[in-house]
Amino acid sequence: MSSTFDQVATIIAETCDIPRDTITPDSHAIDDLGIDSLDFLDIAFAIDKAFGIKLPLEKWTQEVNDGKATTEQYFVLKNLCARIDELVAAKGAGA
Amino acid sequence: MHLEYFQLIDRILDLNTVEKTITVEAQVPTQNTIFEGHFPGYPIMPGVLLIESMAQTSGWLLVALMKFERMPFLAAVKEAKMRGFVTPGELLTVEASLVHEGSGYAITEARVKVNGKLRSNATITFSHIPFPNPALRGHMDAVAKRIGFPQQALQP
Repeated sequence: MSSTFDQVATIIAETCDIPRDTITPDSHAIDDLGIDSLDFLDIAFAIDKAFGIKLPLEKWTQEVNDGKATTEQYFVLKNLCARIDELVAAKGAGA
Repeated sequence: MHLEYFQLIDRILDLNTVEKTITVEAQVPTQNTIFEGHFPGYPIMPGVLLIESMAQTSGWLLVALMKFERMPFLAAVKEAKMRGFVTPGELLTVEASLVHEGSGYAITEARVKVNGKLRSNATITFSHIPFPNPALRGHMDAVAKRIGFPQQALQP
């Protein structure tokens, strides 16, 4: 997870011009870092490319809108990184 | 090209859903009120309209790749470059290719050429959603017919 976090934090810092040292595993991308949905598309693109996955943003958004999930589950960075690790593992298992 | 209706594309020349590329043609009108203001005595096509032509071209590629089930909307334009003037009466060839297909969004690279020479290019991000209502879907069907959208692109 730590290396995933380092990569994601670097992506966020570079994409959104946020000081790297302010980004922690407990940071909420929206509430703490102020990243909006459009900026998150850039981050998703960079993550998709870096990890060779496709972040299921639509599914996550739908779940949050339907009250089936909280934004914390997907947008607190340690949770986001856990989801990325799961997607990478699933991709490896399917290959 | 019917600038008053924001119809920037005249005809799809090639649409390849395997290579994920599209090429379209767009004839810049010789006369239009836009050229009276942009600029008096020196008419050139506004750069924002070149960007819009690249966005519309990319949009049709995405419509085809999504089997005409979803509508792309312009979300971001990056690295847009106006490399040379486009003047009234010129015939544009606009090309676009898919860079990335994400979840609910897509990124393309597009180019505007005149006689094979690059005049403008950009990297464009779209968000896309299922057609929000039958009216928009009907409009897109009509435009598809007008610009020669190849129905075989929708075959599995």
